[in-house]
Amino acid sequence: MQKTLFDKIWDSHLIKDIDQNENADYPSGPSLIYIDRHLIHEVTSPQAFASLKQSGRKVRRPNLTIATTDHNVSTESRSLPIVDEVSKTQLETLSRNCKEFGITIYDIASPDQGIVHVIGPELGFTLPGTTIVCGDSHTSTHGAFGALAFGIGTSEVEHVLATQCLWLYKPKSFLINIEGNLRKRHAITSKDIILNIIRKIGTDGGNGMVLEYRGVAISGLSMEQRMTICNMSIEGGARAGLIAPDETTFNYLRGRRYAPTDSELDRMIEFWKSNLKSDENVKFDRVQTINVGELAPQISWGTNPSMVVDITDSVPSPEQFAKSDENKRKLAIRALEYMDLEPGTPMTDVHVDRVFIGSCTNSRLEDLMEASLVIKGRKVSTNVRAMVVPGSQKVKLQAEEIGLDQIFKDAGFEWRESGCSMCLGMNPDILLPGERCASTSNRNFEGRQGSGGRTHLVSPIMAAACAIEGHFVDVRDWL
Amino acid sequence: MTNVDTDQIIPKQFLKLIQKTGYGGFLFYDWRFDRAGNPKKDFVLNEPKYRERQVLLTRDNFGCGSSREHAVWALYDYGIRVVIASSFADIFYNNCFKKGLLPIHLSQDEIDYLFDLEKNDDAVIEISLANQTISISEKIIDFDIDLTRKKILLEGIDEIGYTLSFSDQILNYEKAFKVADYNKFLGKN
Repeated sequence: MQKTLFDKIWDSHLIKDIDQNENADYPSGPSLIYIDRHLIHEVTSPQAFASLKQSGRKVRRPNLTIATTDHNVSTESRSLPIVDEVSKTQLETLSRNCKEFGITIYDIASPDQGIVHVIGPELGFTLPGTTIVCGDSHTSTHGAFGALAFGIGTSEVEHVLATQCLWLYKPKSFLINIEGNLRKRHAITSKDIILNIIRKIGTDGGNGMVLEYRGVAISGLSMEQRMTICNMSIEGGARAGLIAPDETTFNYLRGRRYAPTDSELDRMIEFWKSNLKSDENVKFDRVQTINVGELAPQISWGTNPSMVVDITDSVPSPEQFAKSDENKRKLAIRALEYMDLEPGTPMTDVHVDRVFIGSCTNSRLEDLMEASLVIKGRKVSTNVRAMVVPGSQKVKLQAEEIGLDQIFKDAGFEWRESGCSMCLGMNPDILLPGERCASTSNRNFEGRQGSGGRTHLVSPIMAAACAIEGHFVDVRDWL
Repeated sequence: MTNVDTDQIIPKQFLKLIQKTGYGGFLFYDWRFDRAGNPKKDFVLNEPKYRERQVLLTRDNFGCGSSREHAVWALYDYGIRVVIASSFADIFYNNCFKKGLLPIHLSQDEIDYLFDLEKNDDAVIEISLANQTISISEKIIDFDIDLTRKKILLEGIDEIGYTLSFSDQILNYEKAFKVADYNKFLGKN
């Protein structure tokens, strides 16, 4: 039988199917799937540990879980005490739980601390062909390695801690074929590709499905760029997104702490090469082809990640956006009001107050390098407050070694400590009501970056150019 | 409304508790309250007749975005026991069953019918999970639900305990399967 990459990972982790033959009460039942890797953080784990303790259960395989603190840590300075008592309690609770159950933690004092989806790959914890879960929807990031990775709720976090397994209903498969080569190197990024995909399939286009991204435009991407694409699979409704591993993937793994080494790695690579790709004639449940040959920089105008236009476009009218769908029209009217935008306004005339370069979508070294390309010798507009938040302490260190911090600081950007920061504003980094932000993060929902704040999703290089000009610009003109 | 995301259901500033209860007061916080913390008159849950309702009627892709189970805890804590929508986001849908919140998936037409009905009078609807029916005076709408999930809701099964009854199979898998080789690079325990 022909199989997709997803089928293969699923089948190789299947412990048990519950089907009608065995137990008439469970005719369409779920499957018990083994989980190889589990990442935890301070926000979605405390209740899982509390419940585990209450029922007197143990963590089945403590070495298959690693922890970090990222969501509510301050990115201002590691030497300052945490002012928010409730955040502090969450951070301390995680440390205590990890100690009690023997789980490795990279807390704010650690040189390996960072956003959970940045440090997993960085440490070589993320490997092809594995199943990876985390109480965070952006776990889809790790799919860039050909791992089946998806976000789970807190009850499932507890389930994985206790059993190293999950009951799952098998999702359907959705192939996204990406044709064409990106026209302008640097100016058009993998962020633009994924925003364009979500614009086309909608925020629920991938519901109940696992995406597989494929095509020349994908093969040419680095691992960090691939992670940006898989990261936002959830914004298209898919819990997971996959890219089949190739030489780029294997090269990335060499020398990473938890990755196999030397002959072991070579042996694994042979195994991955022959096992981790969809069979040639396999049928996907859904296929969509997208050509990125003429792709322009993408920018969101509304309050969900499918409300996206080209940078050369104007703010759409509700009718243009809705194409006769009444519910969508209502949604667009509400979004325009919340975003305080007039239909017909060129996107390049929209001014911003803040710029945020960071998040699990776009805070890796290459993102920062790209962003720095357009700011050398320039200054951040006097009307803009701009910040760069590296995804991990290691990214920060590497960036500093090549002088990126200085380039950003000279231009007037704040250079901060690692964490989720203003992607979700669970920490002191938030937008004030009415403030408009060019953000490299993944969600432009109402209030996401701070109550009343207005978010426009863009690539790092677009965000950087926007910081300089004080309004959105077509960065292709700059390169 | 369509696409109600979990950031709206429970905004991030209320995710800092370490318990599973106490979220009801923060449900739809930014929609329910103005910046001074006063109830917004035009929001549905602030209208007196809706305050005690246990069924939430909505449209496509309810619960999209963040995986936060806090969204389910907040709805439940507030008093909502059933959410009826034309579609749900996957993680939210899954999370509902962990708390005992029933998500019901209906067609667009059925949702329209319920919205219309709701506008016209104060009709009472009765929902039976056992029979998988929504009864409105004479009319009955059937709904589908996976039988395992139905059983979990009706009987309150301890899922972890159930899974642990397969411990031998899990152990055998760990011993036999090649991918478990990966894990030796993580050290023993």
